[in-house]
Amino acid sequence: MNIVVLVKQVPDSGLERNLRQDDKTVDRDAGNLVIGELDEYAIEEALKLKEAHGGEVTVLTVGPEKATETIRKALSMGPDKAVHVSDPAIHGSDTVATSAIIAAALGKLEYDLVIAGAESTDGQTGALPAMLSERLGIAQLTGARKLTVDGDKLTIERQTDDGYEVIEATTPAIVSVWDTINEPRYPSFKGIMQAKKKPVETYSLSDLGVSADQVGLDSAWSEVLEFSGRPPKGAGVKVPDEGDGGSKLVEFLATQKIV
Amino acid sequence: MAEVLVVVEHSGGAAKKITSELLTAARALGEPSAVVFGAAGDADKLKDTLGEYGAQKIYAAESADVTDYLVAPRAEVLAGLVKQASPAAVLLASTTDGKEIAGRLAVKIESGFLTGVTELAADGTATQVVFAGAVIVKSKVTKGTPILTIATNAVTAEPAAATPSVEAVEVSVSDAAKKAKVADRVSEKKSSRPELTEASIVVSGGRGVGSAENFALIEGLADSLGAAVGASRAAVDSDFYPHQFQVGQTGKTVSPNLYVAVGISGAIQHRAGMQTSKTIVAINKDEEAPIFELADFGVVGDLFKVVPQATEAINARKG
Ligand SMILES: Cc1cc2nc3c(=O)[nH]c(=O)nc-3n(C[C@H](O)[C@H](O)[C@H](O)COP(=O)(O)OP(=O)(O)OC[C@H]3O[C@@H](n4cnc5c(N)ncnc54)[C@H](O)[C@@H]3O)c2cc1C
Ligand SMILES: Cc1cc2nc3c(=O)[nH]c(=O)nc-3n(C[C@H](O)[C@H](O)[C@H](O)COP(=O)(O)OP(=O)(O)OC[C@H]3O[C@@H](n4cnc5c(N)ncnc54)[C@H](O)[C@@H]3O)c2cc1C
Repeated sequence: MNIVVLVKQVPDSGLERNLRQDDKTVDRDAGNLVIGELDEYAIEEALKLKEAHGGEVTVLTVGPEKATETIRKALSMGPDKAVHVSDPAIHGSDTVATSAIIAAALGKLEYDLVIAGAESTDGQTGALPAMLSERLGIAQLTGARKLTVDGDKLTIERQTDDGYEVIEATTPAIVSVWDTINEPRYPSFKGIMQAKKKPVETYSLSDLGVSADQVGLDSAWSEVLEFSGRPPKGAGVKVPDEGDGGSKLVEFLATQKIV
Repeated sequence: MAEVLVVVEHSGGAAKKITSELLTAARALGEPSAVVFGAAGDADKLKDTLGEYGAQKIYAAESADVTDYLVAPRAEVLAGLVKQASPAAVLLASTTDGKEIAGRLAVKIESGFLTGVTELAADGTATQVVFAGAVIVKSKVTKGTPILTIATNAVTAEPAAATPSVEAVEVSVSDAAKKAKVADRVSEKKSSRPELTEASIVVSGGRGVGSAENFALIEGLADSLGAAVGASRAAVDSDFYPHQFQVGQTGKTVSPNLYVAVGISGAIQHRAGMQTSKTIVAINKDEEAPIFELADFGVVGDLFKVVPQATEAINARKG
């Protein structure tokens, strides 16, 4: 079973994040850039499937040159190789354009399964996997907390508000995963050393046959007009519990007309 | 005035709260037309509620073809409606399904889309709260028919009575859209408490609660307030409470009138899911806990003393 895992490089959500003042895209200099948090779970799931069924795992990233760091990090967990789509014209692409680029890159690869995170840590539209299903005409098995593979038959438990749905399809398909699905492994020292030698193929837009005027900031399908930091909440009241903390809390709720 | 298509969120013909919020938001842009995906008879059951919030028309797409498969058929039917009605915009809930339908539709009709919209102006400018609530962005779809998914509890629903006409939609779904079959739907809901994302009060417990049994304290406080129960990821990972109640970046985003955080430190990933709550109250024994930075009212103390006292005081007020 050949699997492509989609990995996005994102600013660390544990640090302060912002947009750039000049062109209102993600500020990639401010913070530490890391692998999309849910994407690690996607890699783990792919590696588990490879261990059970054989085949190859390929990491696919669309991102600037810097994203090679993220690709090496991903490879150090165990995938076999990587594809990096990088082109200055991609800067500022929205999800509609990004999905077109990823679909074109997948067109160059052989796969039974594509696995992605359920949503990225920065843009968080959570729509990209569904859009790839739409563009590629392959089944969409998204939002999985559990994946079972039996020959070409795939079953997931899709997390819902009050439980889960059981969804069935056959390969080829795109699966997206939540952090409930597994526990990602840490890269071993050997894995880190091997990652440096694993093949990384780089594609530009013209390699993929995608026209530069279909993507990027200037041809985005939506536009950021302005942005600002959320005004900090005014400092509230903090009281020590001196035996009446619960009552004081309820008095506060009463002043807010909540009780 | 142009039509605005609004995809109705409902459960067996009972409208979810976000539906009235969607219809209210849609009225800023034009005349709302509600689109009902469901089983035969659902649109009729929804008619009164949809009318109350200003739906001028209801498109009833009632067919097993839309309910038995994941997302894709709904995007296909919507694309047909967009062609037929040339709406000013398409509005959906910013739920997993809603965002995925939006994305597929964006590809089909070659339009831009924006997710997690908290405010919508008459000129189509949308407000999004991003990066765990740290940044507010104003954006606009610049190509095609704007497709917007609206966050729950962000827009205040306001009635505007109308008498909608019901138009049955001929549903014919391509084989390509029937590749992911819904084989089963399993509810794991354990209580009659309000749904987490819709509740006007949420009481959440964290690792500090200490055990699954102790979560009875959180449930007790929640029930005294008519609230939903939430949990931090540490509480979920420790098996104190089921995953579907997790609040935060990889859990649910809630925006209630009141959020009560009990034994939760307030990590940025937790804040991402509750930061926009109107009033925030925290109980934590560590006065340095970051949750106090956003609390309107904080009690520094042992939750095992504070919570029972608060629950009792609330119940006493109710007489
Ligand atoms: C704060 C913010 C808000 C945004 N809002 C919108 C919006 O409302 N509408 C819009 O059209 N665009 C939006 N964008 C742009 C959008 O984030 C990018 O276009 C992005 O490349 C794809 O969308 P996503 O990150 O939301 O993907 P999601 O659908 O959330 O990502 C799901 C998974 O897809 C895979 N994936 C995503 N991007 C890549 C990639 N570049 N390479 C490889 N795999 C990938 C990963 O596995 C990821 O876990 C926003 C960006 C930011 C920073
Ligand atoms: C990719 C990723 C995604 C994540 N997504 C989420 C998410 O969606 N939601 C989420 O919540 N977290 C998420 N996290 C985890 C997050 O970083 C924190 O680890 C988590 O929120 C901590 O939960 P907590 O506050 O319950 O536990 P802790 O941080 O351990 O805090 C426990 C608190 O309880 C207090 N306490 C202990 N005993 C008592 C007592 N008797 N009385 C009063 N107070 C007491 C302590 O002082 C402490 O402040 C994510 C992390 C990552 C890396």
